[in-house]
Amino acid sequence: MATSAPRHPAAPRTTDDGTGGDSSDAEARSAAFQAAFDAAVAADERIEPRDWMPDAYRATLVRQIAQHAHSEIIGMQPEANWITRAPSLRRKAILMAKVQDEAGHGLYLYSAAETLGVGRDELLDKLHSGRQKYSSIFNYPTLTWADVGAIGWLVDGAAITNQVPLCRCSYGPYARAMVRVCKEESFHQRQGYELLLALSRGTEAQHAMAQDAVDRWWWPSLMMFGPPDTESAHSAQSMAWKIKRHSNDELRQRFVDICVPQAESLGLTLPDPELRWNEERGHHDFGAIDWTEFQEVLKGRGPCNEQRITQRRRAHDEGAWVREAAAAHAAKHSSPAATREGRAA
Amino acid sequence: MTQTDRQTQTTAAALALGDDALVLSHRLGEWIGHAPVLEEEVALANIALDLLGQARVLLSLVGDEDELAYLREERSFRNLHLVEQPNGDFAHTIARQLCFSAYQHLLYERLAHADTVFTPLATKAVKEIAYHLDHARQWTLRLGDGTDESHTRMQNAVDALWRFTGEMFQPLPGLTIDWQDLRDSWTKTVTGVLGEATLTVPTGPQTGAWSAGAGRQGLHTEPFGRMLAEMQHLHRSHPGASW
Repeated sequence: MATSAPRHPAAPRTTDDGTGGDSSDAEARSAAFQAAFDAAVAADERIEPRDWMPDAYRATLVRQIAQHAHSEIIGMQPEANWITRAPSLRRKAILMAKVQDEAGHGLYLYSAAETLGVGRDELLDKLHSGRQKYSSIFNYPTLTWADVGAIGWLVDGAAITNQVPLCRCSYGPYARAMVRVCKEESFHQRQGYELLLALSRGTEAQHAMAQDAVDRWWWPSLMMFGPPDTESAHSAQSMAWKIKRHSNDELRQRFVDICVPQAESLGLTLPDPELRWNEERGHHDFGAIDWTEFQEVLKGRGPCNEQRITQRRRAHDEGAWVREAAAAHAAKHSSPAATREGRAA
Repeated sequence: MTQTDRQTQTTAAALALGDDALVLSHRLGEWIGHAPVLEEEVALANIALDLLGQARVLLSLVGDEDELAYLREERSFRNLHLVEQPNGDFAHTIARQLCFSAYQHLLYERLAHADTVFTPLATKAVKEIAYHLDHARQWTLRLGDGTDESHTRMQNAVDALWRFTGEMFQPLPGLTIDWQDLRDSWTKTVTGVLGEATLTVPTGPQTGAWSAGAGRQGLHTEPFGRMLAEMQHLHRSHPGASW
């Protein structure tokens, strides 16, 4: 962080352990750190891993970045479900590249989370035991090939709408990960749109397949923006910290406004009879979201929650012997010099 | 040999090499979402994509890539038995990959230096395959010389797949290379890696087994038909559609 504020102590997190000076001293330093942090956030500066930050800020970021990383990893499943059945070699290559990108995004994001002092293993363990969540959208099944297009267009579209503002998030490593992720996501989104366009202009059966997929994915995509502003637990604090830049409802509205003309040019309809342009607001009005369904999915009772987490756990458990082998081999073959470097790092 | 004969042979060779890449790519694609560690999700998908890219170039030398991939039945596929074998555990996948990547690398190196229709593809592909071979070699070492369990699994995998390796050295008409030399180089490479990995080179049949040469004639193992059923069903369900 490039700031003139006096807030870069050598070892900021040792200040609350009581060993450095008397307690009023510690309190004064702590207040100075907080003030410097607040000033940096207010000035739109980036907080970096070695900077002091409030514990709650750190915890919020860990929760959000981990959930984001988990979503990339679980999100591979619904699409990978169609890799072996992709109907042309070109589409198969595109889909494999996309799912590979998602694994890469997961890796960037786990790295970003690790700068906050948590390990990837610990986070994966929390995912596998259900203590950390992933995006509710990936608990819906991909029933036809068109679902791959609907996920690209709508799900990646919603993700981008959510993530582009995160490129300006106050935490540097997360913001930089988002810049890379968003570039690849917009590419995926265009590919998804193009897939749906090919189906929509194809045979009658293909067109029907595309419409059915959009009908099934539209509402779950709108839920990706989270609960309404009136019921969003973390929003106000995240906005004050500039982790979040816009409210859930703002982003959802932006997404609907973007999708309506795109659906028209696709030649597909959106499954909402209340969807119409509101001249006065300069936005589209749209129907009520079924928040009961959203809550059910969040609580683990969506169509694929059980299946997704079971598959993830199984891959991890069945891979344990492979990871153990790699560790054992590394231990046997690390030279003394390499070991020393490893310790120093 | 007439010009037409030569062309027929080249086409047949392109089909054989294209089918190898296509089928192995498909098998690796089955791993995506199931890999033992996230880095391997990326690596296996990466290798699968390289192979699919190679398959598309090779099949396009023969005809329409999608017709060839989706509308032939198993008796018309010309791939090696090795590449159609089910993934098994991670050790089986790695053993299959080591055997095939070593073969493909040596073969494509030779094709890159001959002046044929395969030269441009081989020149590009050989760089990708060097990476595939390195990946398979590294994992063979880690698993072979890792824990007792991984050593046993890796040895079992090599033993199980060994009988499919002889087929790789059945000369493919249309490719003028020294097949015995290819076989010797392959044996040296693979034996070297297995030795370094503290594994035993199987003594079992590498030629003479029923499988030697059968895949190239369209005589496949049973799991292959099921693989094709999954791969082709959507394309076949919509005749004439474009995607």
